[in-house]
Amino acid sequence: MGRILLICRLAVRDLRRRPAEAALLLVAMTSATATLTLALALQGVTGQPYQSTREATAGTDVVASVAAPPSGGQPADLAALKALARAPGVAGHSGPFPYTQAPLEVNGITASAWAQGRDTAAATVDQPKLTEGSWVRDGGVVVEAAFAQALGVGAGDRITLDGRSFEVAGVAVTASVPPYPKVCFAPCRFGAASEAAENTSQPGPEGGPEGGPESGPESGPEGGPESGPPPGARERVALGPGGLIWLTEADVRGLVPTARSLAYVMNMKMADPAAAPAFVSARWSREFATPALASWQDILYGHARVAEWKQTTMMLASWLLGLLALASIAVLVGGRMADQLHRVGLLKAVGGTPGLVAAVLLAEHLAVALLATVTGLVAGRLAAPLLTDPGAGLLGRADAVPLTLNAIALVTAAALGIAAVATFVPAIRAARTSTVRALADAPRPPRRTAWLIAISARLPVPLLLGLRLAARRPRRAALGLAAVAVSVTGIVAALSTEAHRYAEKAPGDDPRTALSQALSLMVILLVAQAAVNAICISWATALDATRSSALARALGATPAQVSAGLAAAQVLPALAGALLGIAGGIGLAEIFDDDPVTVPPLWQLLAVVLGCAVAVTALTALPARISARRPAGEILQTELT
Amino acid sequence: MKIANEALLSTHGLRMHYGRGSGLVRAVDGVELAAAAGEALAVMGPSGSGKSTLLHLLGGLQRPSAGEVWLAGRRIDGLSEKALARLRRQTIGFVFQAFHLMDELTAAENVELPALLAGRSPRTARRRAAELLERVGLADRTGHLPSALSGGERQRVAIARALVNEPLIVLADEPTGSLDSAATVEVLRLLDSLRTAGQTLVVVTHDARVAAVADRLISMRDGAFVEETRLSLDSGGRLGERLGALTGLEG
Repeated sequence: MGRILLICRLAVRDLRRRPAEAALLLVAMTSATATLTLALALQGVTGQPYQSTREATAGTDVVASVAAPPSGGQPADLAALKALARAPGVAGHSGPFPYTQAPLEVNGITASAWAQGRDTAAATVDQPKLTEGSWVRDGGVVVEAAFAQALGVGAGDRITLDGRSFEVAGVAVTASVPPYPKVCFAPCRFGAASEAAENTSQPGPEGGPEGGPESGPESGPEGGPESGPPPGARERVALGPGGLIWLTEADVRGLVPTARSLAYVMNMKMADPAAAPAFVSARWSREFATPALASWQDILYGHARVAEWKQTTMMLASWLLGLLALASIAVLVGGRMADQLHRVGLLKAVGGTPGLVAAVLLAEHLAVALLATVTGLVAGRLAAPLLTDPGAGLLGRADAVPLTLNAIALVTAAALGIAAVATFVPAIRAARTSTVRALADAPRPPRRTAWLIAISARLPVPLLLGLRLAARRPRRAALGLAAVAVSVTGIVAALSTEAHRYAEKAPGDDPRTALSQALSLMVILLVAQAAVNAICISWATALDATRSSALARALGATPAQVSAGLAAAQVLPALAGALLGIAGGIGLAEIFDDDPVTVPPLWQLLAVVLGCAVAVTALTALPARISARRPAGEILQTELT
Repeated sequence: MKIANEALLSTHGLRMHYGRGSGLVRAVDGVELAAAAGEALAVMGPSGSGKSTLLHLLGGLQRPSAGEVWLAGRRIDGLSEKALARLRRQTIGFVFQAFHLMDELTAAENVELPALLAGRSPRTARRRAAELLERVGLADRTGHLPSALSGGERQRVAIARALVNEPLIVLADEPTGSLDSAATVEVLRLLDSLRTAGQTLVVVTHDARVAAVADRLISMRDGAFVEETRLSLDSGGRLGERLGALTGLEG
């Protein structure tokens, strides 16, 4: 007990002696724990708003739609659709409602709209819930809320549909379609059954296993629905990302040249909503004339993909930040050991065992880790609502983000693990240092890298000094390189994803760009963490290079050359790390994004590399300047005494 | 490069004070110094008398609180850090008590470093380093790291490094302070050979044996010069006797 108390007392005293270092460690670890908390808190949040919307709209369990064959001449098989309403397990339905796809123009934006004809009376299944204005009337349309937000329209505005002017009577939400711009009716097919069939390349109901919402449709915000030619107005409108509007049936019929080209949709209620995926899977067909089916679980998955993607981003960010925190701690501990060798020697000289020395260091960092766990949990919990907005397409907001005991345990374990792993090696090395050497405070001898020394002789003085400085401490240079590589990996992955999103951006204010929130947060945290890391490495390098820099000045190097050399010692590994990070980031985007990766524009990649060089130079400038301002004679004299 | 018949290095009213009030320390206090080209000057005094600080002021490693430092006809105490660095690179060679060799560089790499800093080509720098290491008797140790060299050998490497850019003056701070007797003799022989070759030398030391190398001996106490002794002009013979005695110490 006495030993534990002693360790705690020594650890607390040491932390108090170095508040700045403790604060840097705390920041580094908190960003990792907060991001991990965010990732864990985002699990399953979209389910709540979707369920609320389903309840408020008498939500459908299965959406069935059928379009006219592309060959023309034949109308849509309305009988097949009506037959579904009599299928076993179907408890009720609304429709069939006619629909077509038409170009919608408003505010200088042209988008593709699925125009669905509705009764002016409320439907028993899937009656969209108005959030603004009134329900459809002749000449008055209701725009789905996410679509309305993307187009920037509200009740009272006017839109042009296929050249005809309509007034926006209202704005409403529905649980029967995936979020804009992934709205999909026949001939577009989506859902788990569709994906299963795609994977097995065996069309037809027997083509794939029974799907569920967890297996994921292609129609999520990241994937595109299977598409075919649009019904009705397909010659006039290129099928692209589209939104949903409701009109009166008469108005829809007015949009098509002939009623034979109309498509139809029916919303069905199942006796057992959980059986909807099985119902859909059993009737799935690639045949054009056969109704396309989607279960409510498929639609929920489409909404959940947004939150899932944010969660993946945060989880990835927490891993990257954890790695960066690991590097920061390793550098700080390494630098500290060099600085504290004398103290270690004193501890050992008065009877402290190597175990005690290691235990004190470990206790310090575990204490910081515990504090970082608390601050990270609180910060993550507070920040979670910023990322749980379900978007305009669903009602309400996610309830209080759950923070389970499991999540708390996981965050705590991650923080303690990072601290233990990063501290273990330097602590053991310090503990094993001979007492005499430690008391003499002899610095750790630098590494010699002969080939680098030979190459550097041919370079200008700042690069000569920088390369040799970096070569003196290859482990530190490797940590710096790794830290920049990790940061740039995250940044480039974010840029790749953004580039992809903008490449296939839907007309108007694409709600998927809201995903940028998560990406921006990840980038900000990575940059902040990388800055902390660069500061740690710069200070450690500047401290370590004090004598050699003073000697270089005594031998004729100018302060500017020495400062530039110190910066070069950081920038050279940083540049290598940035290049590695670019490759890593594109690879990461490829792994985590369902769609083929889009390489960010060259100027963005160059900006990342140059930004790294400038940032590292700037962060190195202060310690380098401070080091260069101290008279060389004084430093060399101090070294002697 | 020699500047004959005039003071190559001189100071006027040179002062270096630290602290203030009752804590004021006069490390160097009104020093007047003049060293001619080719002259070997020894500054002796006990520890804390201000010798090393004086040497740092002479070499532009520290700025004085007051007074003037002139080197090769140019006042250097007010020069910018950049100009001072260029001056040190071209005009001054330093030898430190603690050697201050780069641990990760071999003897040859240590010696060639100032030449590389001065912009010489790697080939020229390496050739010059090899010549100097041969001159200091370390031709067979060029590829050794400092950790593999004895104290005397390290100091000889440091002396070779001080000479690599053919400086006008070599400033040596306690060059034998960290050496045993045998190594001290090695270094004294080398310093004497430099003096004989006409190299201007300023050596600060608290070791009376080092004075054998000098043409002139200045005693320093509490930051000020207290006594000056001009040693025999026939320094070769006198030094030979002294070195003979020192060689006796070796045995």
